[in-house]
Amino acid sequence: MTDTDARVIRGVAASKGARRRLNGGGPRAGVITAFLTPFFLPFVLFYLVPVGYAIWQSFRVVRRTGGQYGTSYTTFGGFEQYGHVFENTEFWSSIGRIGLFGIVQVPVMLFVALIMALLLDTPLLKLKSFFRIAVFMPYAVPGVIAAIMWSYLYSPQLSPVVDLLQGLGLHPDFLGPGAVLWSAANISTWLWTGYNMLIMYSALQSVPQELYEAAKLDGASNWAIAWRIKVPMIAPSIVLTTVFSIIGTLQLYAEPAVLRQISSNISSTYTPNMLAYAVASGNNYQQAAAISVVIALITFVLSFGFMRLTSKRAGL
Amino acid sequence: MALMLLLTIYFLLPVYFLIVAATKPQGDLASTNGLAFSHFNLFSNLHTLFTRSDGIFLHWALNSVIYAVLGAAVGTLISALCGYALAKFQFRGKEFLFSVILGGVLVPTTALALPLFLLFSATGIVNTYWAVFLPSIVSPFGVYLARIFASAAVPQELLESARLDGAGEFRTFFSVASRLMAPSLVTIFLFQFVAIWNNFFLPMVMLQKESLFPVTLGLYTWNGQTARAPLLQQSVITGSLVSIVPVIIVFILLQRFWRTGLATGSLK
Repeated sequence: MTDTDARVIRGVAASKGARRRLNGGGPRAGVITAFLTPFFLPFVLFYLVPVGYAIWQSFRVVRRTGGQYGTSYTTFGGFEQYGHVFENTEFWSSIGRIGLFGIVQVPVMLFVALIMALLLDTPLLKLKSFFRIAVFMPYAVPGVIAAIMWSYLYSPQLSPVVDLLQGLGLHPDFLGPGAVLWSAANISTWLWTGYNMLIMYSALQSVPQELYEAAKLDGASNWAIAWRIKVPMIAPSIVLTTVFSIIGTLQLYAEPAVLRQISSNISSTYTPNMLAYAVASGNNYQQAAAISVVIALITFVLSFGFMRLTSKRAGL
Repeated sequence: MALMLLLTIYFLLPVYFLIVAATKPQGDLASTNGLAFSHFNLFSNLHTLFTRSDGIFLHWALNSVIYAVLGAAVGTLISALCGYALAKFQFRGKEFLFSVILGGVLVPTTALALPLFLLFSATGIVNTYWAVFLPSIVSPFGVYLARIFASAAVPQELLESARLDGAGEFRTFFSVASRLMAPSLVTIFLFQFVAIWNNFFLPMVMLQKESLFPVTLGLYTWNGQTARAPLLQQSVITGSLVSIVPVIIVFILLQRFWRTGLATGSLK
């Protein structure tokens, strides 16, 4: 039995226990169950069961009875599939690529988002709501469509940007082997900066104004207020946006998949997720499941690790 | 200010390019400056778009609307019920259930798509509306928001007095609590709407039948065929524009809901 299955069973057991013991005055357990079930039933079926199923599958292997043409059957294989994942050079290069992508793209995006949130929070800036909407607008654009739009701006035949740069004597190749990763990173940045900016901006809005006034009376400059007071005050939302960005980066699929349609420099196993899909398309579901589980584990370790690290630093 | 203007140009440029490109005849796409209007051909582009392959684009657009509007509506209702119960009722195992839901926020949804495909193919609902619709209604983040909103917006005394008046819990929820929570329910709806509208991986894994595609998957498929059929390019561009404009307009109209939602979401 997998971990998740055990958790589900414990969860169900817990809600059964709730049926009997209740604090006086509240609704009956049956009523509480009726409130919870419409969410928990699909949550268990479409979230927890697939997670459990993927973990179970990742421990299975396909074997054949005698030679290439024997009948195949699946059986318990222990960590065999995980062994294949760790030996797979395509897996490691996709992880390396996405790691490089994340280490550059996430800090750049969050830094730009933070600067914009701080600018929007100062009384100096005019036309605030216009800027806010313009920057947040890409969030309404699906990743696939954003990638299609940008791929036209990258393509040498159609792009006004390429034309412009050529006019300046430059010959950019946005789809070349060295550049295409950063072209994909640019699409992610375009899509998500406004969303992250708005989370930080909303947090800034809920900081009590008196804090700033006290600092101003002490003669602090606008920059000092921004870096010494505002940024630490909204640290939790910066952590949150970082965690969301880590999760998003490891799931990257749509943008490189669209760029692959116009660039030969993106392989079918360019990102871990593309690799999982390519392996599943080859009907090797057990191997694909192991890859998905490893991606999810890396996601968990990185996001929890980051939250731990930052909360210790902040002394919380 | 100059920095802000520069960044704004960066964020608006691709959309401006798309608008300009959607008004041009196919032949002008490569031959004229991408940022300047040439022959105004938008209406004929739209006509081509909507009549191509027996009007499949309209199908895709309607599918997206069905997946996103219905999925977000059902999702908001079940998230609200669950979040309200977690905020207002006392029962054993409550915090445990809530932490399982929070764990669900961190599960990469693409990791779910492949095992779901296998489970769904065993039950025969792969390649149907249900295959995309059912997983879309689950939003752990929505429950998280609903719990916070319910704690903040619905006073305990009000529930007590409704109980004293003999109203059942569901009646209290639908006639009293849900009204107090209305603005936050809009927020949850919007978040889930965008998540479903933007979803690409799940439908790609689940669907083979073109008539079930959402607009993202449809345009992706066309975009992959432009090398063989260059005339499709104009329809991909016009189709992209047509599918983002309504959502952007709704966004701008409802922007105050985003801000409350994001502010609440970032409180830890």
